[in-house]
Amino acid sequence: MNRNKSQSKGFRPRLSLGPILYYWSREDVFSFYEGIARTPVDIVYLGETVCSKRRVVRPDAWLEVADMLHQAGKEVVLSTLTLLEANSELSALQKICSNDQYMVEANDMAAVQMMSGNKRFVTGPAVNIYNSRTLSVLAGSGLKRWTLPVELSKDTLTSLHQSRPEGVETEVFAFGRLPLAYSARCFTARAHNLPKDDCQFRCLDYPDGLLLRTREDESFLVLNGIQTQSAKTHNLVKEIDDFIDLEVDVLRISPQSGSTEQIIDIFHNCLNGKMTGNDAENELQKYMMSGECDGYWHGQAGMDRAASTRADIDNQRGCAS
Amino acid sequence: MELVCPAGNLPSLKAAVDNGACAVYMGFRDDTNARHFAGLNFDDRRAEEGIRYAHDRGVKVFVAINTFAQSSGWSRWQDSVDHAADLDVDALILADIGVMDYACNRWPDVRLHLSVQGSATSSEAIYFYHDNFGIRRVVLPRVLSLKQVKQVAETSPVPIEVFGFGSLCVMVEGRCILSSYVTGRSPNTFGACSPANAVSWSETPEGLETRLNNILIDRYSQDESAGYPTLCKGRFNVSGNTYYAIEEPTSLNTLDLLPQLQSVGVAAIKIEGRQRSPAYVAQVTKVWRAAIDKCMQNPDSFCAKSSWLSVLEKVSEGSQTTLGAYHRPWQ
Repeated sequence: MNRNKSQSKGFRPRLSLGPILYYWSREDVFSFYEGIARTPVDIVYLGETVCSKRRVVRPDAWLEVADMLHQAGKEVVLSTLTLLEANSELSALQKICSNDQYMVEANDMAAVQMMSGNKRFVTGPAVNIYNSRTLSVLAGSGLKRWTLPVELSKDTLTSLHQSRPEGVETEVFAFGRLPLAYSARCFTARAHNLPKDDCQFRCLDYPDGLLLRTREDESFLVLNGIQTQSAKTHNLVKEIDDFIDLEVDVLRISPQSGSTEQIIDIFHNCLNGKMTGNDAENELQKYMMSGECDGYWHGQAGMDRAASTRADIDNQRGCAS
Repeated sequence: MELVCPAGNLPSLKAAVDNGACAVYMGFRDDTNARHFAGLNFDDRRAEEGIRYAHDRGVKVFVAINTFAQSSGWSRWQDSVDHAADLDVDALILADIGVMDYACNRWPDVRLHLSVQGSATSSEAIYFYHDNFGIRRVVLPRVLSLKQVKQVAETSPVPIEVFGFGSLCVMVEGRCILSSYVTGRSPNTFGACSPANAVSWSETPEGLETRLNNILIDRYSQDESAGYPTLCKGRFNVSGNTYYAIEEPTSLNTLDLLPQLQSVGVAAIKIEGRQRSPAYVAQVTKVWRAAIDKCMQNPDSFCAKSSWLSVLEKVSEGSQTTLGAYHRPWQ
């Protein structure tokens, strides 16, 4: 089914790799991106978006990674901090926003303001674009591409696309644990009874975040420093027909500590008609650490899994007919 | 410093006005405001009556239209802006860029405040809303330390308002979607966090359980008093320990910081609680009025009276209060 549609319409979304949301060692970051350079991913977002204390990869080193990926043919975008509090964070942000080499992903309105009118920019999922009028205002400020906030549905995107400004691209968060909230408080430090100012960089111990379970042992959320994520992996691989119909330009995969390259390959094969959505879905099962969800895309609770229900219904219908 | 108090309904509005509020804030009865709860907020007649009551007594009225409009429901946000402007209110409290763009073009003379839901934590972000929509005040999210509030106040193009008392959001407002992850409804999309329709309570052999869309938020033994299952204030298990992994059920109380807030240039103090009773509004407004008056007279010798603190503690979530992010160790 994917094969027919992607070939007949000739439109195919590109693939992006979101910024690493966790805190990995410098060696792990470098070897991760050496592997990514060899994958068919089109766009790579680089940099720290969660906590300004995470500094094992310095700004210059991020630029080295950027150059390496650029030479490997990737479009590189420098990502920026989501929750800005200290003046030092604003200075660091200013440096990134004023770089003249790479596109920048704004994750806060401070970054949008810094680039408004003088540099085209991308917005990440934490910039609240919920309606066409907001999209138009930001297009006027220099928006090149926006990421649909993860809590919005296919129906909302459909109505937003009815008046999408000329030349503005749309990106959808298609695979990974969902970023859900940001706080002044560090929950990883709190889990270790440490204050944030003396966190001892405990995030380094949790390459995919720290799992939070309910009191009946259900995997619920993931603590990632000041960020809270879903424990379940949001997976929209079965919605590729929707993305083609809606002319979604870019599908984002969020990095995880293992198997990111395989996940990229599966999405790539699916987009190229070499694999069906169902086969891709089955293949991806082993890479999702605490279950799967896709409710947001279907207008439901984010933790719900609608596609499977729908597939079950389709299967039943198929059997009946 | 202006005292800005919550008005979830007409009796609360009157309680705030009668007890010394400089301004009250209210919302209409739909998902255009961030306290979209059953039985709360103002229909046309009550809004007119409330605004008249406040204005007759020299108290300002702000209308919160501070959720994010989705294209399919756009007309509700536009109608709310038009309606509030027609009612001749003193300011609109907005969060959505599209709604702000509409409001400043259609009603150029209406004063706009950036809601806490607008999530602006730096003067750079505030400049975006100032340069594009001419906002005249910003309400800061409850994530900044006192030092950071000072930095923003010194460089912001508009006066700042901060939360002084009430329920504490641990997450930066406007960018927390934990609620819709669990229930399908968030403050951004629906105007409510952990909405009541998703809540269930059940007695079990293990204790009283509170759930949100079937996710266990907390379980209480007989000697514990159960709280509303706001999902960031439950007890969860992390690495084998069960505790309030995100935040305890507690309220923000910055009464002790009043002189510092004044000296860093805070223009207004906001009291949270449009969902609370008129009695809450009366008590809290009265205490804060007295405290602000005392502080304005002589900030150097200001000391929060124990009688004030005990009133505030009694109406706090879990009967406990915190300085929240203003106080660095909390973070």
